[in-house]
Amino acid sequence: MPGFDFSNYNRNAALHARGVPLPKATSTGTTIVGCIYDNGVVIAADTRATSGPIVADKNCEKLHYIAPKIWCAGAGTAADTEFTTALISSNVELHSLSTGRDPRVITCMTMLKQHLFRYQGHIGAYLVVAGVDPTGVGLYTVHAHGSTDKLPYVTMGSGSLAAMSVFESMWQPDLNKEGAIALCSEAIKAGIFNDLGSGSNVDVCVIEKDKPTQLLRNYEKPNERGEKERNYRFPRGTTAWLNQKVISKEDMKKYVTIETLSGDDNLAAGEKMEVDV
Amino acid sequence: MAINFKDGVILGADSRTTTGAYIANRVTDKLTQVHDTIWCCRSGSAADTQAVADIVSYHLNMYGVVNNEAPSTQVAASLFQELCYENKDALSAGIIIAGYDPRHGGQVYSIPLGGSLHKQSFAIGGSGSTYIYGYTDAHWKENMTEEEGINFVRSSLQEAIKWDGSSGGVIRMVVLTKKGAVRHLYLPDTNYTGPGVTN
Repeated sequence: MPGFDFSNYNRNAALHARGVPLPKATSTGTTIVGCIYDNGVVIAADTRATSGPIVADKNCEKLHYIAPKIWCAGAGTAADTEFTTALISSNVELHSLSTGRDPRVITCMTMLKQHLFRYQGHIGAYLVVAGVDPTGVGLYTVHAHGSTDKLPYVTMGSGSLAAMSVFESMWQPDLNKEGAIALCSEAIKAGIFNDLGSGSNVDVCVIEKDKPTQLLRNYEKPNERGEKERNYRFPRGTTAWLNQKVISKEDMKKYVTIETLSGDDNLAAGEKMEVDV
Repeated sequence: MAINFKDGVILGADSRTTTGAYIANRVTDKLTQVHDTIWCCRSGSAADTQAVADIVSYHLNMYGVVNNEAPSTQVAASLFQELCYENKDALSAGIIIAGYDPRHGGQVYSIPLGGSLHKQSFAIGGSGSTYIYGYTDAHWKENMTEEEGINFVRSSLQEAIKWDGSSGGVIRMVVLTKKGAVRHLYLPDTNYTGPGVTN
């Protein structure tokens, strides 16, 4: 049977009854938004991931791929948004291959809502689904319990109130692409600055009719870390010494075996950290 | 709410969806089509009522294709009841079904929380309905004209919106007659006087 396994729930409940604290899930206290315009749709998200009061990731990706022209912004439990969007993306691709047609946004939304409804809210995925299909432009919200809404502009996550206040005061019915991007970015910034659960950068995704989808990763970086004015490094020679003794390599070979490695720097440096673009 | 009138039925609803104290959607469409001239008013949990309506919609459309004849309103109401009664422990759904079919004319059915089914001349439901039991009872007339019916629904919902904090936004209506379904919209900007017919 495909799907989620909840057997650990019983284990955790039993452990909890014996005084063990329940494991904490990483939740994305988040601001995500979406807005349609004359020829397409824009979605945007902040990039902060939190676990309790700790910022777990300062530049995470909350814009998920479903199909080339259908994307999803996720709030709620990070693991749940990641895995449900991946699962639906997979099923949407199989469906599209089976029907020989481009996938529709409403199909994707229906698959998501039926999946989430089945799990009665235990899968904590709050999503904004957006895209362009043969029937036109689509923009929906899907709540964890399986309810959906269809609106010209939407917000979700802990920063949704801040973001909605921007939409409610600045949205107009005849937006163009640039206007929609600017408005979504402004709404995310309202979340970043006014909601403690949201922060760092703005990610934007633009889906337009008859044009390739643009993922504008870190479209705005309003929280760049400044150069540190001072540091704790001590200059060479700071520590005084009383005496010194030099042991030659030849002397050392009497006690241990010494092998000389090739001059490749990377061997010693270890794995390099992955850097997001 | 939904009412019978001379030529058919009228469904009406406000447009407010709330999550706690926050209005998640101020222009919600709570009037949901499950067949050509069978519609329902959803109240309670949005997730539950949408899921139930989607399932009923699927069955009614299958019924229509298999039997080459539109389902009656009673069939639709029975499908709703089956789902609401058998899953009563898991659902929080109060649904009113209203439809027009050539054989029985307009009909209104109500399914409250426990999953019972009641055929009524008019039905009200949802958090705002408690405020208008007296109003609707005092103003109800059998066999109203379309205009009288629309005014009855609109003024009743206006009263519910006035007193119930969980109701608000616009008033949506659907008029079901032998001519089919006609949507109406009434905005708070103009004190719910217009624009009226929208399709």
